[in-house]
Amino acid sequence: MTLALFDDRGTPLDRQRFTWRELAGKPISKLDDDAFTRVRVILMNGIESEQVRFLHAAARMNGEHRLPLAQVRRIEHHQQTMVNWLLGADHSPLETTIGYEQVAIEITAALAQQEPDPYLAQTYRFGLLEDFDHMYRYAALMDRVEGKDANNILQSYTDIAPGRPTVVEHRAPENDLRKPFDRRTAAPITKMNALTLVAAEHQTHDYYMHVGPLFADPVARQLYAEIASIEEQHVTQYESLLDPTQTLLEQWLLHEANEAYNYYSCVQSEPNSRIKAIWERMLDYELGHLRFVGELMKKHERRDPVEVIGERLPEPIPFESQREFVRATLAKEVDLRADGPDYVSLEEEPQSSIDYRNHMNSEGSPSETVSKGYTWRPGTELTRQAVNL
Amino acid sequence: MPTSTASTRLGKNRTGMQTSPALAKAMLENAEEDVTEPTASFDGQALAEMRASYIRDADPLGSIPPPTTAKGAAKSGAKMMTGKRPQAFLDKLGERLAYERGGARLYDAAIAKFLAHASELRGVNVEELRQIRDEEVAHALLVQECIEQLGADPTVQTPSADLVGVQTMGLLQAVTDPRTSLAHTLNTLLAAELIDEAGWEILIAMAENMGQSDMAARFREAEEREQEHVFKVRGWYEALTVETERLV
Repeated sequence: MTLALFDDRGTPLDRQRFTWRELAGKPISKLDDDAFTRVRVILMNGIESEQVRFLHAAARMNGEHRLPLAQVRRIEHHQQTMVNWLLGADHSPLETTIGYEQVAIEITAALAQQEPDPYLAQTYRFGLLEDFDHMYRYAALMDRVEGKDANNILQSYTDIAPGRPTVVEHRAPENDLRKPFDRRTAAPITKMNALTLVAAEHQTHDYYMHVGPLFADPVARQLYAEIASIEEQHVTQYESLLDPTQTLLEQWLLHEANEAYNYYSCVQSEPNSRIKAIWERMLDYELGHLRFVGELMKKHERRDPVEVIGERLPEPIPFESQREFVRATLAKEVDLRADGPDYVSLEEEPQSSIDYRNHMNSEGSPSETVSKGYTWRPGTELTRQAVNL
Repeated sequence: MPTSTASTRLGKNRTGMQTSPALAKAMLENAEEDVTEPTASFDGQALAEMRASYIRDADPLGSIPPPTTAKGAAKSGAKMMTGKRPQAFLDKLGERLAYERGGARLYDAAIAKFLAHASELRGVNVEELRQIRDEEVAHALLVQECIEQLGADPTVQTPSADLVGVQTMGLLQAVTDPRTSLAHTLNTLLAAELIDEAGWEILIAMAENMGQSDMAARFREAEEREQEHVFKVRGWYEALTVETERLV
């Protein structure tokens, strides 16, 4: 039996407090913690950053709720800080990038399998194969620029191999828009899965836009520019799955429920007891937010929050290697392309996407250049060269 | 608080392939299996070409402003006429100034680490670190004074000074991380001191080429102090590393 959303009152808002020392607490160990602990940290930073972003956007379009939005947003911001500061400074930006792509692959694959709506599940598999390719390109970059093995971060949970080649992922905007779910008929899990992926991809986009210019090497600067562009497409894609007719309070409630769901999933799977205690605390905070927003919904819309998000959380997100699912998807769907909101075969791709990317790639393709002839090997491809000396 | 011994403890490091044989086996299905084959796969050419194309097209980091005082400007003008480039000397002076200032801050962080682990290095007093730190400051002031003597602006960040910040970013990260041990910290200081010592050698040669023999003599004194720093830091680092080994 999963968590009942409204049985537990959660932590009241006025008791959701932090100190600077708590926000900048002890980080996880890059070397000793399980890779999925880092996956959870990155994912939850994404969930929190989406929350802050959404609450700001909501405040710009609504005067009535600005105070409650500001009150909850302050807490969300500090929750994000506490979570994001768990990443240790011994992660280079490129190592953190490998972590981000591991999140994209493992979480998208997990959600694709638990998604009851076939069209949304197809969309997740479509995006999955693109992020899978990004991992391969970044692993090549890491090997060839920093001399490091990406598997030190991945801990053998996630394959490093080509997916749908990044060079052909560039599409005209109209081919990135998808059909939204229907707020009246979609299951709560469908609404939450879409939000989770919007959150994960949006933070990945923002992260690449932030760290890309920190690199001196033009090879890295180009690759980050290229993959950030795909992340922008992915945000467009996943965002378009959200029903735009949902009211502001409905969307807010859904965001809070999704945060609770993600933290609940983290609590269920976290082996590091110190980090698990943080997930439990954050879950209690989110349940407090959910109750708070639920009351707003009852007052302003005269609606029962249960009708939007159900009584109980869905089964938790599994944080484990989805290798076999990814491989099977790759084998079957790597050649799919997008025509408007529909998925079509390679030959049927619209000319608008082909024209767009032909120009973008006309002075060279960063993702092809960095990984030309690259095959991942334990301990970097230099070990392979040593054998041939 | 990770002591130098604790930082080399046995534990559950998960980064290697042998952490999970089953996962590693699956992972290897994507790797090249026959390592005796020629390295047809490795092709660094495309990457090298992209780098070369950017290098050819690159602008420099920045420039060195001309000396501002009349006396300095005249001097610089004179040297330019004889084919020597005083601005190259000013650039390296700027580098040394940045390095010594940063070095003092590196020691500030190292002193905090030392105090937290004071019992680890028997026979070493924190005052010895403070003395090195103060000498780094003194060297910075010496270079500042020399830049002023040449009529130039010591507050300018020259291109080589800018690069000091890039080069030492990792050193600062290594020392200021609370999780790194005193041995890690001393190892980092040793790297910093070795670079520093080489920097002074170059600066002395340049000062002599510029006809600045007084300056060269003062730099020689600074270099001697830097040699002592290398000697001391290397000694502490080795003592601590060997001791840690014995304890384990």
